[in-house]
Amino acid sequence: MEQIVTIKQSNTEKNYWKDLWNYRELFYILSWRDIKVRYKQTVLGILWAVIRPLLTMIVFTIVFGRVAKMETLSIVPYSLIVFAGLLPWQFFSAALSESSNSLTENVSLITKVYFPRLIIPVSSIITCFIDFLISFIILLILFLVYQYTPPVQILVLPFFVLLLFITTIGSGLFLTTLNVKYRDFRYIVPFVIQFGLFISPVGFSSSMVPDQCQWAYSLNPMVGVIDGFRWCIIQGAPNPLLQYPFYISLSIAILLAFSSISLFRRMEKSFADLI
Amino acid sequence: MFSVSTVIKVKQLGKKYTIHHEARERYTALRDVINKKTKTVFSRSKESQPVKEEFWALKELSFELKQGEALGIVGRNGAGKSTLLKLLSRITEPSTGEIEIRGKVATLLEVGTGFHPELTGKENIFLNGAILGMKRQEIKKRFDAIVDFSGVEKFIDTPVKRYSSGMYMRLAFAIAAHLEPDILIIDEVLAVGDAEFQEKCLGKMNEVTKDSGRTVLFVSHNLSAVQQLCQNSICLQNGSLSYSGSTKDVIEHYLGIKNEGSRIIPHVNKDIYITDFLATGKNGGPIIPGESCTMTIVVFSKNSCSKLHFGIGVNDKMGNRIFTPFTKYDSEGLVLQQGSNQVHCQIESLPLMPGNYDIHLYVGSAFDADDYVAGGVNLTIHPYPFFKYSMPVEGQGSVILKQNWYL
Repeated sequence: MEQIVTIKQSNTEKNYWKDLWNYRELFYILSWRDIKVRYKQTVLGILWAVIRPLLTMIVFTIVFGRVAKMETLSIVPYSLIVFAGLLPWQFFSAALSESSNSLTENVSLITKVYFPRLIIPVSSIITCFIDFLISFIILLILFLVYQYTPPVQILVLPFFVLLLFITTIGSGLFLTTLNVKYRDFRYIVPFVIQFGLFISPVGFSSSMVPDQCQWAYSLNPMVGVIDGFRWCIIQGAPNPLLQYPFYISLSIAILLAFSSISLFRRMEKSFADLI
Repeated sequence: MFSVSTVIKVKQLGKKYTIHHEARERYTALRDVINKKTKTVFSRSKESQPVKEEFWALKELSFELKQGEALGIVGRNGAGKSTLLKLLSRITEPSTGEIEIRGKVATLLEVGTGFHPELTGKENIFLNGAILGMKRQEIKKRFDAIVDFSGVEKFIDTPVKRYSSGMYMRLAFAIAAHLEPDILIIDEVLAVGDAEFQEKCLGKMNEVTKDSGRTVLFVSHNLSAVQQLCQNSICLQNGSLSYSGSTKDVIEHYLGIKNEGSRIIPHVNKDIYITDFLATGKNGGPIIPGESCTMTIVVFSKNSCSKLHFGIGVNDKMGNRIFTPFTKYDSEGLVLQQGSNQVHCQIESLPLMPGNYDIHLYVGSAFDADDYVAGGVNLTIHPYPFFKYSMPVEGQGSVILKQNWYL
């Protein structure tokens, strides 16, 4: 049966998700393109995906652990504690900057061919997700180097990975949409990323935040995600699921994801005219 | 409701754009910019308020297209052709009216959409194919045919940034030609490449439309291409349908549309843009065959610049190029002052038959256009006895030259 498409103004298409499914190969091919192109004409190639997080971890360990003397009481090596927080954060920040620029970098596609526009930012997020998976290998190597056995709750980690993905899609799409119309966001995004690092528990632990500030602190959806990662990977880390601030983060993440997707869908049709 | 064979139904279609005019002032130095900004902050002066204006690129357009039909769309620049294609291909949404489409649509508003210079030819075939809506399996199946048609098999594993522009175009068109949608929407794709390649493309398009029973919408300024490919056409004028019928009638109607309102629409957002074109004959009189002719391009430049090249393409009314005076053939380019400039091109004796010609204008470096006017500008050659006894008639070519016959 052939599909009949009706095109008219503000036609909230019932076929939207079906369309997205029909174009699913494009997710793959655009991510594949970005990965292919990313390391062209580099000597070290894909090794950069390993070097970057590794170097950041080393710097963090030195700055916070040695210089700022924040070495925790726990028996777990500090670099592991940092890396458990850095893992989701690096994915989040990379995905945010990649996706917010993705539409403006693909103007020729948007003004020349039709496909659900959601594919462009999402596939740029998928590209970052590949780097994220590579970073996981570093984590495994660190386990081996330190002769470290993660706690049993590491089995729950996929849940927090999912939460990370939802948080990233939510914030990423929000900035992507606004960046089409207001190019100011090109300058705002790096700022958000820089600032976000200081209000997210990457170099410190959430328990250091005073109790009366906890609610405001957990308005940042990445707080819940990073605390979750820590709990899964680090022995003796507090379980965020037992504390109320986590649920603030969780609701913000879900709310953000839903409203961003609906904002994106509403704006999507005018992208070709605005961009 | 759809009748059995109708595949596209356009009803009362309209598209409105809102244009923001910014009060024009050319900022030359940062100091001026700051000055201006401070002034606006304090005085909220009225002139700096952007002015909004509504503009209907397309208005109340209705037509239907049956399965297997090839429809040509003609019209002058700014008539709404490209807007119509963008609406049909769902790139932008209509302001009023609706379109119903049955079947899978592929749009070719440009060949090589999404090509990435760093990727190899092979990789780009998969990338471009997927962007145009082909499944991976389909591309694999047609891969050999695509490579074969493009004639770049030697370089298929080379990044396309190393390709010559001709190779690039051939590969891009080859992919497009092997799409197999139910409905194909094509915009000016044939306006690229050399004559031989254009011929090949046209042949392939003919095959696609005539032999496979596919529905095609074709926009072009090249009227002979439209005539070759499409039985029926529509003519757009100022966003509305001005004529529809058999391609032959439509072209006649199109050529009959008086030039009013078809003056150049300046692309004011560019740094250099063409604002007008004038042509006069000997001593400022009418242009007649065999006499001298001065063509003038009025061009606005936001900064002074040098080594700028100008070209004038003279097409006959069927869209075939007759000749192209170009500064790059025998000069390093011209120097422009900031502001409005008049660039003159003098032709010693113009060997053109009386009639109307369509002018294309180019300004830019020797390789890249800063601004381009793709036709829609008229050049009239007035009838005047060139030969002693009689004149050639239509069908005997558009060029006349002095001749000497002897035994």
